Amino acid sequence: MEALFGKTLNELIALSLELGLPKFTGKQMAEWLYQKDISSIVEMTNLSKKARELLSSKYEFGLTNPIKVQESVDGTKKYLFPTAKGKFIETAMIPDDDRKTVCVSSQVGCKMGCLFCMTGKQGFQGQLTAGEIVNQIRNIPEWHDVTNIVYMGMGEPFDNLEQVLKSLEILTSEWGFAMSPRRITVSTIGIVPGMMTFLNQSEAHLAVSMHTPFDDERQKLMPVQVAYPLQEVIHEIKSWDFGRQRRVSFEYIVFKGLNDSPRHVQELCKILNGIKCRINLIRFHSIPGTPLEGTDENTLQKFKDMLNDKGILTTIRASRGQDIYAACGLLSTKEMLG
Amino acid sequence: MPKAEEYQKNQFQLIPVCVTGNEEISPGVHLISWKREHDFYPGQVVKIAAETNIAPRIYSICSGNDEPEIRVLFNVKEDGLLTPWLAGVVPGTEIWVTKPYGSFYDDKKPAWWIATGTGIAPFYSMFRSGISENKILIHGARQLNQFYFEDELEWAMGDRYVRCCSGEQACNVFPGRITRYLGEIKNLPTDINYYLCGKALMVVEVRDLLISKGVRYENILAEIYF
Ligand SMILES: Cc1cc2nc3c(=O)[nH]c(=O)nc-3n(C[C@H](O)[C@H](O)[C@H](O)COP(=O)(O)OP(=O)(O)OC[C@H]3O[C@@H](n4cnc5c(N)ncnc54)[C@H](O)[C@@H]3O)c2cc1C
Ligand code: SF4
Repeated sequence: MEALFGKTLNELIALSLELGLPKFTGKQMAEWLYQKDISSIVEMTNLSKKARELLSSKYEFGLTNPIKVQESVDGTKKYLFPTAKGKFIETAMIPDDDRKTVCVSSQVGCKMGCLFCMTGKQGFQGQLTAGEIVNQIRNIPEWHDVTNIVYMGMGEPFDNLEQVLKSLEILTSEWGFAMSPRRITVSTIGIVPGMMTFLNQSEAHLAVSMHTPFDDERQKLMPVQVAYPLQEVIHEIKSWDFGRQRRVSFEYIVFKGLNDSPRHVQELCKILNGIKCRINLIRFHSIPGTPLEGTDENTLQKFKDMLNDKGILTTIRASRGQDIYAACGLLSTKEMLG
Repeated sequence: MPKAEEYQKNQFQLIPVCVTGNEEISPGVHLISWKREHDFYPGQVVKIAAETNIAPRIYSICSGNDEPEIRVLFNVKEDGLLTPWLAGVVPGTEIWVTKPYGSFYDDKKPAWWIATGTGIAPFYSMFRSGISENKILIHGARQLNQFYFEDELEWAMGDRYVRCCSGEQACNVFPGRITRYLGEIKNLPTDINYYLCGKALMVVEVRDLLISKGVRYENILAEIYF
């Protein structure tokens, strides 16, 4: 049966009208779906009994429970969700002082084949619907306390643009989760057409996975470089007005002896010149079968200091959930499915 | 590499070109062509669009770099936005393309070229550009009619051209997937470059296999048709 969860207000209104129900039923349903703690159509008590019966005969509420959860020593949790097409995805919940950040997946597996990523090794297995993306937030026990959302789980969000934009609409609309778009970051490896549509249609922050400023190094780590060279990505970002509140950041996984030298600092300064941005450094966590190693703490600190000294705001992202394979680039259902 | 400003102005601008040919060379697979206006490195790609307001799609050039035409090999995705339309385009129709770009190119050093499906395109372009001498070309497909240009490649490359077919059998064709073929080779050369092109799963599986057999990741260059 088709799910109500994951539909936008306009879609809910349209289906209400189609069923001969009043237009405002759509608005009422949106509130029940995205703002209240219920999980079935019969619990939508301000809808008439007839309306609920009619809806139940054609639709299901549409929440999917996680089937497994793992907790790290640092409090990070990883949830395993089944998808409608019989596959599985992972979601990480990262607590940090008064913040709770949820890292959502946008696809089952991924087509992009980055050398350092566990998800990439799985290949592409399917797209997630907007409902399946939003379900990863709504259907974890912490959902009322979620402060931030990052689209940095499995998959490339802009390779599933339509559903990702729809999920953002549900998360940020008054009739939906009513979250500020400033608390949401969508991360891409630089799929340019999708990135430009996202910049146009959403207010959420953008993060771009760069990992090295040099083309020849990047194409050996990330095949996407052949299709959308970093130069093109940077050019488009430079031409976009991010305004005062919207942020663009660059993710930079630091590999030992590969992308952590003063030469890289120089080039980063050169290519990012003119962009108000920050760099997030992430120490690489070794994954099976990958010939890359993470840089050491000392070099990481030095690299960060050099960038900050050159005027590029740079932070080191703490490694969270490493023991349960929940850290960046480690999501792969292989581990949880055993 | 172009200078930054020049690159920004010109590189990805769509330009109208007139289609000169569009032939279905295998069921659902077309070779479309237009007059070449720019130099390119074999292995580079172009973007193609039906109209300028729709996001263009990317295609490997599938012709030699001194031929008068640029050709592109594409397969039709039934529910796709561009390819069903492109398949019906007749000579004389205007389509929009970018200049060639991209960094998936080889030199004259020994290398192995590994492709699935239409991923053969950049290697065929390299072959037509005269740089196939030290190369081994391995092409994987599900069906025998998906070995595009096989007569020409077999004639010119002989034993250095290997076909792996997972769905059908024929003599001179390895019965199985590329990964099985490579897995059965005892001593893969580890001091040469490997170029991989095609679907994501083939690329990541072959890349992992090569690395497990001692090939350095720096010697592997991949292009994924996502
Ligand atoms: C570097 C590179 C080189 C390439 N070179 C070649 C080449 O030489 N030859 C070649 O044939 N291809 C090549 N491709 C692939 C090509 O760019 C196109 O992706 C392909 O031709 C499909 O284009 P399309 O517009 O017909 O389909 P699209 O509209 O892009 O659709 C592709 C698939 O996605 C699905 N889809 C579309 N929209 C949605 C949606 N909203 N929700 C869910 N699913 C959807 C469709 O079912 C379809 O199967 C290359 C890709 C890259 C990145
Ligand atoms: S890093 Fe992101 S884009 Fe690259 S393979 Fe992994 S999930 Fe896909």
